Amino acid sequence: MHQIRFHGRGGQGVVTAAELVAIAAFNDKHFAQAFPSFGVERTGAPIEAFARIDDKPIRTREHVYEPNILIVQDSSLIGTVDVTAGADDKTLVIINSSKDKKEIKLPVPSKNLFVIDATKIAMEELGRNIVNTVILGAFAKATGLVTLNSLKKAIEQKFSAKGKSLVDKNISAITRAYNM
Amino acid sequence: MKEILEGSQAIAQTINNIKPAVVSAYPITPQTHIVEDLAKLKADGKAKYEYVRAESEFAAASIVAGASATGVRVYTATSSQGLLLMTEVIFNIAGMRLPVVMTVANRGVSAPITIWNDHQDTMTVRDAGWIQLYAENHQEAIEQHLLAYKVAEKANLPAMVCIDGFVLTHTYEDVSVPSTAEVSKFLPTFKPKKGQYLDPQNPVSFGAFAPPAFYQEIREELHNDLRNSKRLILDEYEKLKETVPDIIKKTEKNAHINNGLIEYYGAAHPRTILIAMGSLVGTIKDTVDEINKGKMASSLGVLKIKTFRPFPANDILKMVISAKQVAILEKAVSLGATDGPLTLDVKAALKNKAKTKVQGFIVGLGGRDITKKLITRIVKEVERKGDQMMFIG
Amino acid sequence: MDITTKPGSTINNKTGGWRTFVPKTDLDKCIGCGTCAKVCPESCIIMQKKNNKKQPITDYDFCKGCGLCAAECPVKCIKMELDKK
Repeated sequence: MHQIRFHGRGGQGVVTAAELVAIAAFNDKHFAQAFPSFGVERTGAPIEAFARIDDKPIRTREHVYEPNILIVQDSSLIGTVDVTAGADDKTLVIINSSKDKKEIKLPVPSKNLFVIDATKIAMEELGRNIVNTVILGAFAKATGLVTLNSLKKAIEQKFSAKGKSLVDKNISAITRAYNM
Repeated sequence: MKEILEGSQAIAQTINNIKPAVVSAYPITPQTHIVEDLAKLKADGKAKYEYVRAESEFAAASIVAGASATGVRVYTATSSQGLLLMTEVIFNIAGMRLPVVMTVANRGVSAPITIWNDHQDTMTVRDAGWIQLYAENHQEAIEQHLLAYKVAEKANLPAMVCIDGFVLTHTYEDVSVPSTAEVSKFLPTFKPKKGQYLDPQNPVSFGAFAPPAFYQEIREELHNDLRNSKRLILDEYEKLKETVPDIIKKTEKNAHINNGLIEYYGAAHPRTILIAMGSLVGTIKDTVDEINKGKMASSLGVLKIKTFRPFPANDILKMVISAKQVAILEKAVSLGATDGPLTLDVKAALKNKAKTKVQGFIVGLGGRDITKKLITRIVKEVERKGDQMMFIG
Repeated sequence: MDITTKPGSTINNKTGGWRTFVPKTDLDKCIGCGTCAKVCPESCIIMQKKNNKKQPITDYDFCKGCGLCAAECPVKCIKMELDKK
């Protein structure tokens, strides 16, 4: 079973990111689960979301304490939240930052750390600092757990009610992050 | 057809396919997504029900009570304080024998304020005369809504389907939502008997004044009918399994019993049995498998209570009588009592009939995460002497 | 257990980490009018006297980068820049 933990702030689409991973994994014929853990329900507050992917039905409901993959949507959380809690030397960490890999101070092996300037891509592609879909492009590339096609389909499923333009922009952002 | 949906979405779509005539609700976390989805289905022209926006939960419950009294199928949903605000109407609905079906997205109660899951809200209204069903996952929630309508309308009893707030309402997982064709295979169009609904051609009163010479018998009848609905729940669950097998939660390989009232999962001859309700059972099952594979091989099982009211006392007794001990994991506390509400009922069911030790553990209040580690700790704790209730985790 | 809460705890919650853009003020161009301090929804700009001239000081611990100050500045001496994180 693959266990993924997402860190971010209220309003950054952290929960949606976890849901998109689950939908994409389902599209790839896996079993999947996604759920949030809000602290307080307000913009800016640190929140977590979880996703699990497996080849058999998923029954456990506990939070993800030993993640295989960590996604950090906002690097300013480092120092406020113990984002790497429960991580081991195999845990992959995908983090949104404009900084260089060497400047990111996290207790994980450098080879497992993937830094992507998702804010820059989001500002250019979406015109807003909503990085959740961008970072999923990097996630698909780094982990291979979901295919880019399934992820694109998941975005269509989740965002179609909000209009074609938003779907297209997000797909473009995700593809750009995937190809980096 | 399998889809991946949020629990709330799956329930809203199921309710739409069940075709109630009136839906009324007041939004409250974590029930909100269910009624938002129902309102959206209506706004998009995909639903035929009247969606009545209420100014409070008290109003919402009153609106569905009134609508139900006119002889049509109704639906409402709430959580926590919302359920408590409905309390007066909840008792009236049962007393007037209206087959109202309600989803409760379980949440703790204030103060201090919590938006998170436990069972203190529905446990508080367990004596109101409603059927109470608790769901482990999305699929079971779906099946229980169908079951709830069928039994409610046959027995003239209201039913609440209790689903864990956030844990089920806000989780995405795979689920099959029954189509209208599948629903109608199991659930016929609701047609109340003449004289049992408000009709200007045939006037009747609901909930009229009952002097001391009558009140007690009316309550006794409600109690007996609720107790007897156990049989109906068992029968209708079997029918549901036959008519629409795809929308039933699959019985797992290690599950020895799975009927409308209970499910038993784990060792065939367990030394210890855990008892729990709702979504927590999923995490317990994984823990049971792990422990049964290890040093304490084949020693553990979990008994899931799907129907809490009517209380399946004999079914529980039969399951646990040969076990050495029972640990009950409860997400509710009866403040000031010797045990939690579920433990009190289980102890009463076993009294003078079984030597099994029964100990209650209060877990997960206000959304505290219940981990496999905690469940393992409880399995060890129940081996110790004494049966005092414990807050743990 | 103490179940009452004390006021003023927001001072401990440094909300500056939430911003995407950071306001940078050109103090040479600034006329010290104080509009930015008045419109700041976080009250995190204060006017300070320096060399007989008032000038704004932004507390970056709490500035969420909303950009109201930059939008309202009459001499356009505040620029919103993408924050380095």
